[in-house]
Amino acid sequence: MPSKLTPEELKQELLKAYPAKVARKREKQIIINKHKDETSANGLPTTTEVLANARTIPGILSMRGCAYAGCKGVVLGPTRDILHIVHGPIGCSYYAWLTRRNQTRPVSDEDPNFMTYCFSTDMQEEDIIYGGEKKLKKAIDEAIAIFKPKALDIFSTCPVGLIGDDVHAVAREMEAKYPDVNIFGFSCEGYKGVSQSAGHHIANNKVFTDVLGLGDLKKPGKYRVNLLGEYNIGGDAFELERVFEKCGITLQATFSGNSTYEEFTSAHNVDLNLVMCHRSINYMADMMETKYGIPWFKVNFIGAEASAKSLRKIAQYYGDQELIDRVEAVIAEEMPAIEAAKAIHRPSLEGKTAVLFVGGSRAHHYQELFHELGMETISAGYEFAHRDDYEGRHVIPSIKVDADSRNIEEIEVHPDAELYKERVTPERKAELLAMGIEMNGYEGMMPEMKEGALIIDDLNHHEAEVLIEKVKPAIFGAGVKEKYVIQKSGVPLKQLHSYDYSGPYAGFKGAINFYAEIDRLVNASCWGLVKAPWQSSPELSASYAYVG
Amino acid sequence: MRKVAIYGKGGIGKSTTTQNTVAGLAEAGKKVMVVGCDPKADSTRLLLGGLVQNTVLDTLREEGEDVELDDVLKVGFKNTSCTESGGPEPGVGCAGRGIITSINLLEQLGAYDDDKKLDYVFYDVLGDVVCGGFAMPIRDGKAEEIYIVCSGEMMAMYAANNICKGIMKFAESGTVRLGGLICNSRNVDNEREMIEEFARQLGTQMIHFVPRENQVQRAEINRKTVIEFSPEHSQADEYRALSQKIDQNKMFVVPTPLPIDALEKLLIDFGIAN
Repeated sequence: MPSKLTPEELKQELLKAYPAKVARKREKQIIINKHKDETSANGLPTTTEVLANARTIPGILSMRGCAYAGCKGVVLGPTRDILHIVHGPIGCSYYAWLTRRNQTRPVSDEDPNFMTYCFSTDMQEEDIIYGGEKKLKKAIDEAIAIFKPKALDIFSTCPVGLIGDDVHAVAREMEAKYPDVNIFGFSCEGYKGVSQSAGHHIANNKVFTDVLGLGDLKKPGKYRVNLLGEYNIGGDAFELERVFEKCGITLQATFSGNSTYEEFTSAHNVDLNLVMCHRSINYMADMMETKYGIPWFKVNFIGAEASAKSLRKIAQYYGDQELIDRVEAVIAEEMPAIEAAKAIHRPSLEGKTAVLFVGGSRAHHYQELFHELGMETISAGYEFAHRDDYEGRHVIPSIKVDADSRNIEEIEVHPDAELYKERVTPERKAELLAMGIEMNGYEGMMPEMKEGALIIDDLNHHEAEVLIEKVKPAIFGAGVKEKYVIQKSGVPLKQLHSYDYSGPYAGFKGAINFYAEIDRLVNASCWGLVKAPWQSSPELSASYAYVG
Repeated sequence: MRKVAIYGKGGIGKSTTTQNTVAGLAEAGKKVMVVGCDPKADSTRLLLGGLVQNTVLDTLREEGEDVELDDVLKVGFKNTSCTESGGPEPGVGCAGRGIITSINLLEQLGAYDDDKKLDYVFYDVLGDVVCGGFAMPIRDGKAEEIYIVCSGEMMAMYAANNICKGIMKFAESGTVRLGGLICNSRNVDNEREMIEEFARQLGTQMIHFVPRENQVQRAEINRKTVIEFSPEHSQADEYRALSQKIDQNKMFVVPTPLPIDALEKLLIDFGIAN
């Protein structure tokens, strides 16, 4: 067992190998969590400043993805009936297909589902030289002829931006040719921004301007909400749909787990927006509030307690006794199974440690699940978050807007003349705040973590290895790029971008799955066998069994 | 084989100068290949008598992988080999990438092989060294000596100075050197003296001063070089002189580009600014 280092010593170990200039930058991205005396609006402590959403230093093996991954892979990928064409070389399309990450459940066999297909213009050298617009138009012609989609979108990969193919002009031209199909493009070239975060913003903008508000579907129900920033990884959305239905709350649209185009077009017909992954979708929530008057608050359905808390929050928002009672009944019905599962798994996990380096919200959300197992998250960080995801939204006015962020379009939104409707009065907002429900609020990850925990933004492979060596956590939560490097050092890694093909982990049944999975991983005997015998004692003695 | 690239500001007369120089070398018995590196594909029309040339990239696009050297290499004036890289129409795609692709293909097809017994290959390159693709002829030793066509007009000198920056960059890691400036006269005051001084400050020479002459236009309308169209004309002798100077050139340098204020001072000193 490695000797126990103080947080400061651990930080210095992480920085030790760097040249001075690199260390100076990383030092601002590796923060020892410390709560200040002042408190924020809902009573949580404020924290130290983190340098986030900054460029990765070249040469560092970052965990980050690209803008294209954020736009195509994360935000739009889980929608089943928008036909997604990737304009670019085939690898960009194939590796962003994500059939193992995103699941979907068409209502019937007749319901379109394009997620099992991988559409690409398969750009060749010739298309780079002569431009790829003609090939893109041909691809759209073919796709529409074969699949007859209601909507079709185009994702730009890096070379498209370099050679200047105008995907928006192509989209306009093709929409004129096919007036029944909504065709729109994303300038989400991979090189934009410092991480996949830029792609989320680009996706939010386009869906907002080109899709939202075009439809008028109103799903039946008394309480109609959207769930934003839920991507149906490992079937999470299916579990949440089950819980919402049980509570009598109508999910009008989910952005974008198990979603459809029509739901997107009619997402303005709701009372309330629930924001799960704050980082990837807060733009949409803010724009919808400005344009339609739809208020939002933060929820978290990762963890049984967190799910219960979020459901109660929704019920309290409506303030309707019938709903409050029904939600309580559902929670009461779900909890015994949770307690039973905890009784099985918690004893063999309690007191163990976890580190989490994933997403722009997941490193926060999953702490809840580990907490339920009695495990402490001793170090955590995001790949692509901004300061507000760490420190809370109150820091937004003080975030320095750099050139990289300015490159991403900020769209100006005004209240819609017909559709704007104030759903919650300022007085009601104040009332809700008094009940602990902060509208438009997110307190970030740091206030809820213990003092002395190490917050590391944009963790890299070197630091991951040092972390393993020095603190030897019982489990490491990250993605597939990290998985095998970490596991080779004898620490199990749980993929939290795609769940290693298992899941769901959201909601109540998801929590039970997670408890079992973590128990299975952490307490597997294989981790003690990772080191070969000769690695610990190089001189093996042996004798000949055969004596002639 | 000497590998020469001609650069210079757009419209300065690179293609005309290149083809007339090549005609002079060919007339003197040299075996020369011209590789046009301009998407407009008009770098060899004077040598080919206006013959429509299948460009390397068009051929590659139409024939797929099955391209023969004969498909893209045509024989022009005095047994010169002429080829055009070609490229996309303006405002589309990536012409620079096209040049990289087509030079690589020519190499693979053996256009430069010893059995071709080439004395010279000339690259006629579009405009400025705007991106990696247009620097292709000066990368990896594809061209080893550069001549920059310029005139006494300010923007032509700016462009020449910028091209020198490109040469300097690639000279550090490769074999490319500047062989000199070719002044294609625009009848600017003190032009010869100014370009000589400009060349001196760049660390190179003005290898030849080509006077302005309408005969060049007449030859071009007839789709011929001056040497072919009117071998007796004095302008033909100017191009012969230029080709001979290039043939005998021994001065190959890494240029020292001028800071902008030094360039402007040069213009003021030679009275342009008055």
